[in-house]
Amino acid sequence: MIAVSVVVYVVVVGMLLLVIRNRRVAVDDLQSPAREEKAGRIIRLALAVVVPVLFVFLLYDFAVARGVGEMPDSSMLTIEVTGHQWWWEAAYDDPVPHNIFRTANEIHIPVGRPVRIKLASHDVIHSFWVPNLSGKKDLIPGHKDELVIQADRPGIYRGQCAEFCGLEHAKMSFWVVAEPVQDFSRWVERQRQPAPEPTDSITAAGRAVFETGSCATCHTIASTRAAATVGPNLTHIASRLTIAAGALPNNRGNLAGWIVDPQTIKPGAKMPPNSLAPRELQALLAYLETLK
Amino acid sequence: MTARPVSDEVLLPPAVDERDRARLHKTWEPDTGLIGWLKSVNHKSVGKRYICTALVFFLFGGLEAAAIRIQLSHAENNLIGPDLYNQIFTMHGTTMMFLFAVPIMTAIGIYLIPLMIGARNVAFPRLNALGYWMFLFGGIFLYTFFLMNTGPDAGWFNYVPLSGPQYGMGKRVDVWAQMVTYTEIAALVAALEVTVTIIRMRAPGMTWSRLPLFVWAQLVTAMMVMFAMSSVATASLMLGADRLVATQFFNPAEGGDALLWQHLFWFFGHPEVYIIFIPALGMVSQIVATFARRPVFGYPAMVAALVATGTIGFGLWVHHMFSTSVHQLGQAYFTAASTMISIPTGVQIFCWIATLWLGRPVWRTPLLFVVGFVVVFLIGGLSGVMLASVPFDVQATDTYFVVAHLHYVLMGGAVLPLIGAFYYWYPKVTGRMMSETLGRWNFWILFVGINVTFFPMHILGLKGMTRRVYTYPEFMDWGLLNLIATIGAVIIVAGMAVFVVNFFMSLRTGAPAGANPWGADTLEWATTSPPPPYNFVDTPVVTSRDGLWAYGDEIPVVTGLRTDRPEVLITTTMMTEPLYKHELPAPTFAPLAMAIVLSGMLTAGIFTPWGIPVGSALILIPFYFWAWPDKGEHARNLREERQRDSQAEPA
Repeated sequence: MIAVSVVVYVVVVGMLLLVIRNRRVAVDDLQSPAREEKAGRIIRLALAVVVPVLFVFLLYDFAVARGVGEMPDSSMLTIEVTGHQWWWEAAYDDPVPHNIFRTANEIHIPVGRPVRIKLASHDVIHSFWVPNLSGKKDLIPGHKDELVIQADRPGIYRGQCAEFCGLEHAKMSFWVVAEPVQDFSRWVERQRQPAPEPTDSITAAGRAVFETGSCATCHTIASTRAAATVGPNLTHIASRLTIAAGALPNNRGNLAGWIVDPQTIKPGAKMPPNSLAPRELQALLAYLETLK
Repeated sequence: MTARPVSDEVLLPPAVDERDRARLHKTWEPDTGLIGWLKSVNHKSVGKRYICTALVFFLFGGLEAAAIRIQLSHAENNLIGPDLYNQIFTMHGTTMMFLFAVPIMTAIGIYLIPLMIGARNVAFPRLNALGYWMFLFGGIFLYTFFLMNTGPDAGWFNYVPLSGPQYGMGKRVDVWAQMVTYTEIAALVAALEVTVTIIRMRAPGMTWSRLPLFVWAQLVTAMMVMFAMSSVATASLMLGADRLVATQFFNPAEGGDALLWQHLFWFFGHPEVYIIFIPALGMVSQIVATFARRPVFGYPAMVAALVATGTIGFGLWVHHMFSTSVHQLGQAYFTAASTMISIPTGVQIFCWIATLWLGRPVWRTPLLFVVGFVVVFLIGGLSGVMLASVPFDVQATDTYFVVAHLHYVLMGGAVLPLIGAFYYWYPKVTGRMMSETLGRWNFWILFVGINVTFFPMHILGLKGMTRRVYTYPEFMDWGLLNLIATIGAVIIVAGMAVFVVNFFMSLRTGAPAGANPWGADTLEWATTSPPPPYNFVDTPVVTSRDGLWAYGDEIPVVTGLRTDRPEVLITTTMMTEPLYKHELPAPTFAPLAMAIVLSGMLTAGIFTPWGIPVGSALILIPFYFWAWPDKGEHARNLREERQRDSQAEPA
């Protein structure tokens, strides 16, 4: 497509420049019928080339659209992705309700298998886009939509909200981790487990901070008393690559900064600042790091 | 036939009495000074201030673009936070579309159309003045709120629900929706009067097949404005109502539909591009004809192409929505239409090249801008054909590829022809030539700047950089290309600075232009530069499509319009036979008063629904002065009627 465009461009601009360069100084008859006739013939010829080319492109385009537009079916692995200002929620469907689990901002898929993504929005319009796996599909409140993605090679693919959705549209990204089937199954098994129990007094104190502090008003950690659904599900937060919808790599320092002062990292994010005593913060971080 | 420059005084033969001219002047411009300025309903005064105001908004929009480029010049920049950034890019888009591009194309039409068709004024001069004041007040309204940190922040497209009552903070989106009301009043009245003026006030002999292409372009545009603006008017009214009086047009939770907004908006938004682009095509045709020294090749094809563009332009809007849940079959239709619209534009480009080939091009600044237009615009046109393809579009849409595409189309397809048009018509408006040397500097710097700024954006888009982001992460490696784009923006600023310098310097030091400095063929060049308030002493008669080039030393005219009253000649729609003389209203404060009351009503209307009924009642006051016939005039008319009756009685 680009090649044809370049050819068209070169021909047209070339003609134009040629005409200007060759401006004839001494022509008396600026409207000679013979030359007019010739110009008309050239233009008709140009159209006779351009119009069929466009038509062929059109047919080719329909064929490609048909090829890439795979219809989802219910036998595929199904992930329900919900857009929130400004993070992504992913729920892995399963006929057994007990096996459904939720995660955020990181989607794991098996390599070489089509995966059905069901899209919904919790608030405004977002757009699901993993450039290396498929085109965009908008998440529009009140409209259900679906999309099939497939990764042919294992890897970590970046996804990004592509429809302007407010203050932190720029920092609403996610990762798609495509891994071999065995690894994927192991990951699913782990995600289905509830959060591990604290094993020492520090992590136990950290869980207490989470359950009794402001964290629990928005977040869920399965098997604890924290079960709110306003923010991302944190049951296995330590297994994720990034935090804050891809804004920061997931490590202890970043996590601490994000918990204490999210508004500097992501101005406008819905997470409020938290003033915790240093001891509480360290305990909380130690606990969160166990949530593999 | 060969082109013949028409001498300065063609329409002012010695036979014309100096006193006639003085009387005409007094009739068409009775008041001077500030009072005269505020009361003026002359299309040239209104057109000039319209153009200057739009240029000021162009400057504001440009400053916003510069702020955007500075913020994006490197990764993780913290200079402008998301809140301000969202306001700035919304203001940039809104300003450029609603306060610069569409108004300036209209404004140039308002100035030129009566001159080009040999009329003395537009059909509804007071409405014309009202349109300008509404445009001005709408711009002031928007910028006042922006300066108070209440600038719209949901994008110039304002998708619901982000712009709806639940997520749009404070009054920001209301300001946007109401600004649309201001500018749509301005655009609709302009479209109305342009249409009527062209249909009923063409000089005798200027049949449809002899109408200059610029006037055709303006006619097509005016028709498009009527349909397109109605759509956005409906949409912004519904949005305002959702926000102010809790209607639920766009709220899915109450049976509304978020997608409805997109359909209504893009049914306006896509034709909007052609509303900007088609007048530019008209300008290009005039410039090409003049500097090729012969009429544009393929006149019927050119007219058909303009009309086809204006028609097909309404069948493309869904290509802005390919990533929504619109069905594949429906998308196929819009792909086909979006591909097809490149054909009429292609025809026009071919015809211009043929014209230059057949003619004897004279290498002056306006023609330079026309060549630049083809070279730059074509890139945008071709990337547009690519974007018509659904599989490509769903990858490229909402990325910097689209930003590159639309700026190539608008900078190449509108701004370059526009600046060329400034160089071309500046002598007519001011009586002085712009500097050729500065003109060339202006062109080359701007040309380089446009390409350096916008070409890298294609690559950024293909590398995945999404639009409307206030920052981007370091590891994506988009920093260098963004930096290049920012440097390009600096070059554009330099190019425009040369234009501004040339614009103001030439006012004082430019060489005197004379009536027809380029030896052009259209009627505006048959009167003095600048034209007198009444345009022509006598209405010229058109004998062929070649306009002035068809005449010898004298131009045939129609006489009989009174010099002591602002009379215009109304002709028949098809054959332009003189039908009757029509007296236009005298200059008046009524449009200004009406605009002030309307502005008060619209401003109050974003705070309380009562603004609308109370304002509607108050409008009756300026309307009284607008519509009530002048006492003296009325008595005079009665007297004349009686006289005519008594003469008609059999002796």
